[in-house]
Amino acid sequence: MKILYFAWLKEKTSLAEEDLPMPCGVSTVAGLMDYLKSRGGGFSDAFADTAMVRVAVNMEHVQVSHPLSDSDEVAFFPPVTGG
Amino acid sequence: MIRIQTEDFDTGAEIKNLVSGKGSIGGVCSFIGLVRDFSGTEPNGESITSMTLEHYPGMTEKQLEKIETQARQRWDLIETLIIHRVGKLMPTEQIVLVATAAAHRDAAFESAKFIMDFLKTEAPFWKKELGSNGAKWVEAKQSDSAKIKTWENK
Repeated sequence: MKILYFAWLKEKTSLAEEDLPMPCGVSTVAGLMDYLKSRGGGFSDAFADTAMVRVAVNMEHVQVSHPLSDSDEVAFFPPVTGG
Repeated sequence: MIRIQTEDFDTGAEIKNLVSGKGSIGGVCSFIGLVRDFSGTEPNGESITSMTLEHYPGMTEKQLEKIETQARQRWDLIETLIIHRVGKLMPTEQIVLVATAAAHRDAAFESAKFIMDFLKTEAPFWKKELGSNGAKWVEAKQSDSAKIKTWENK
């Protein structure tokens, strides 16, 4: 799957995007967030408070219970502040 | 129509172009969002020297198209236009233009507010302010999410 990070999530992870095979045991957005957090360093910092993180799968806003497949584009970002 | 761009826009020219040759349009409502020179909600807040707007290319257009479609389903609109800038902007610069054109004013007024309210909570843009105390990401306002709820009850 393709994972994108925006705003302070990009800064904390020092990563704009990455390609990742579906991690073993991960089936939902929440599971993926736990996996990324377990990497430690900037990732544990970025996902320390998941209530502050919003998620899109294939460019649609979703809840953390949303199921994932290997072909998905998943994006993590803070609540939006445009306009 | 939806446009994401770094360059400024000329509201007069955009609206003239929007209504050109369409005799059924009786009114246009436009909203222009500007970069404030202070942070937060109070004018005595920290002063801002610049603002940088980041977005999620692809998803931004998709979400704005969805908002535009919902507005057209809700009101009888002849034209809609959303222009949103990204990149580095200075205080007083224009950020966003929303214009709606309809046969009668109520549809134009109400739909412009509807589009702005949903743009604020659904479109993936993020503002980072640079001010006298350094750089910081702007936090989303609870009041913006509350405005969405009011549309659900209308």
